[in-house]
Amino acid sequence: MSARRSLIGIGDLSRDEITRLLDLGERFAEVMSRDIKKVPTLRGRTIINLFFESSTRTATSFELAGKRLSADVINVKASGSSVEKGETLKDTILTLAAYKPDVLVIRHAAAGAVAAAARYTDAAVVNAGDGKHEHPTQALLDLYTLRKTMGRLEGLHVAFVGDVLHSRVARSGAIALQTMGAKVSFIAPPTLLPRGSAEGLGVHTSYDIADIADADVVYALRMQHERMGDGGFVPSLREYATQYGIGHHRLREGQRVMHAGPMNRGVEITDQLADDPTALVTAQVEGGMVVRMAVLYDLLSDPKAVRSADVVSHMVAA
Amino acid sequence: MNRDIVLVQRPGPTASVVVRNARLLDPAAGIDRTGDLVVRDGRIGGDPKGLPEIDGDGLVVVPGFVDPHVHLRTPGREDTEDIGSGSRAAAAGGYVAIAAMPNTDPPVDDAQDLVRLRELAADEAVIGVGFICAITKGQRGSELTEAAELAELGAVALSDDGHPVGNAAVFRRALQYQHLAHLPLTLHEEDVDLSAGGAMHEGAVSARLGVGGIPAVSESVAVARDVALAGYEGARIHICHVSALETVEEVRLGKARGIHVTAEVTPHHLLLIDEDCEDLDPATRKMNPPLRGTNDRDALLAALVDGTLDCIATDHAPHGASEKELPFEEAPFGVTGLETAFASLYTYLVVPGKLPLEVLVQRMSADAARVLDLPVPTLADGAPANLTVLDLGATWVVGADGFQSKSRNSAFLGARLTGRVQLTIAGGQLAWQR
Repeated sequence: MSARRSLIGIGDLSRDEITRLLDLGERFAEVMSRDIKKVPTLRGRTIINLFFESSTRTATSFELAGKRLSADVINVKASGSSVEKGETLKDTILTLAAYKPDVLVIRHAAAGAVAAAARYTDAAVVNAGDGKHEHPTQALLDLYTLRKTMGRLEGLHVAFVGDVLHSRVARSGAIALQTMGAKVSFIAPPTLLPRGSAEGLGVHTSYDIADIADADVVYALRMQHERMGDGGFVPSLREYATQYGIGHHRLREGQRVMHAGPMNRGVEITDQLADDPTALVTAQVEGGMVVRMAVLYDLLSDPKAVRSADVVSHMVAA
Repeated sequence: MNRDIVLVQRPGPTASVVVRNARLLDPAAGIDRTGDLVVRDGRIGGDPKGLPEIDGDGLVVVPGFVDPHVHLRTPGREDTEDIGSGSRAAAAGGYVAIAAMPNTDPPVDDAQDLVRLRELAADEAVIGVGFICAITKGQRGSELTEAAELAELGAVALSDDGHPVGNAAVFRRALQYQHLAHLPLTLHEEDVDLSAGGAMHEGAVSARLGVGGIPAVSESVAVARDVALAGYEGARIHICHVSALETVEEVRLGKARGIHVTAEVTPHHLLLIDEDCEDLDPATRKMNPPLRGTNDRDALLAALVDGTLDCIATDHAPHGASEKELPFEEAPFGVTGLETAFASLYTYLVVPGKLPLEVLVQRMSADAARVLDLPVPTLADGAPANLTVLDLGATWVVGADGFQSKSRNSAFLGARLTGRVQLTIAGGQLAWQR
């Protein structure tokens, strides 16, 4: 039903398309370094950010990305909306679709929610995280940050460490990194490493934290208490921190650390490391906005007509 | 106990017809020949003179199908299915008898519920409909239902389908009590602690999609327990919708040890796998047990052919559109199946030569009847007419002409299938004609 292109899973994008988006992100980063950080590119376009699940980083970064492109941006949060009155996902989407938005950015706690939503609207749909399933713009911003910091993606080895089971960041990241020619490992306690990961995602898997030695980048995953229900996945956070927590003591010279936030300091990452330049956390946040600008711009433009040069001339002309 | 009363059908005029020069195929009775099939006053055989005729060229007449496992959503969700619509869907799929599960709202767990449903069926059912009653009151898993009385009133079997009896001691008492009530126990096998939070088969695809996994062992450990207990108590059990290779092995082991265990398999588990869930469309791909891997699917087919799995059941599970318009992880489990069972299996297994037609017909008819001690449909002379006329050359698109069922959550929605039911005579009455 969706007439426009959507971004539901990172696997929807080819290597070339990802590269184009990252290049576009770099162009927008240049714009962001100017005094006036707003371009008129998406004037007259409407973007609705629909968040059924709480978010700080992703929500603000999508909002700012839309506003800096001069789009009209509306934020709808599930709390305080008709969702609390029992409205179904379908009815919420149909209601918002009646305003003829150009893009719906959706976050939801259930896997498959964004795919379901896309069946009820002609707007382009962007997945801002659906349950444990996918978070494609997070993957793009991670690629962006890595390319900028490490100078390459091809041949890079990234080890995701910790709560892989509940992590859409690890899943989208693994798909995206491998698309770009990087190597990916999942290193996790046996109870938090989904069965079938190696076969299903083509990643190297290990229970041994010492295996991060081979990685260029260690990606610490947040322990997602809120998705653990009654818990019991690890005996205690203390034991988890001892066995898998990332700190300077585990890293070798030159290794970099990433985290998608919010961080549980002292659990998956030590306080000292979180504040150290070795960690790319702030760079990730910065990358988030420009990459989301690129995604929004790309979805609202004719894909064949867009080249980085055109974007800039468009901006300058405007 | 009188097994002749368990099926209820709306009374009506008896059918009389002659199918000329058709293939008559009744594997269980050893019949396979070309000739005329006469139905006179609702019985097979008799004088064909003066009866309406059907040209049987290209048609196959088989004993009517029997489904030991359907959901008619009555009482409680008559908006998604009722006895009339469910029985018409069954007739359109070639079925002459179906057994309805008791996980309704409220569950069918006492004499009053059963009698009321049988009265409704006597008004609405176009084929034979039997009712399975709960093993435990409210399907809560603690107190046994009054099985002896339910048996006298015509219950087909007992099942806590959808809510497996978790407490092994309670389940053991249900097996012991079977020696008094003589009702088959038909079991949805699932360790709900192991499957908690799951929405699809646990494996490479669930790992990739990030959808909660339902491990194959959540089924097989429950089967292992129940087969062991059935052996210990000398009782008989029937395993519903086997989905996993590990479960096939448990059933095979139980049979080899002489334990009275039978088992069923659904068309969707024989034909689809977890990789078919990529689109995360719950209407057509979310069911419990879930679609599993290629190894599982292949093991199910082999077990169906060798008889480890006794029969086909659809687990026909209608859901309203709005229930299935939810995100994959939030939508309810279940797909419909009565109207597509034969054609889907014929198209994807018989036509490519993976399953002989004779075996399919027997597994959908005589073998399915036997697992619940239902009357075995047959083309033998003098028997009540319970038969289906199939056009194996016809192709059709699932859903293109709508459904007899009130719901359309078919796993084969939009598929082009070969083989269509032309005519169904159930209990001697015309139940379906295309």
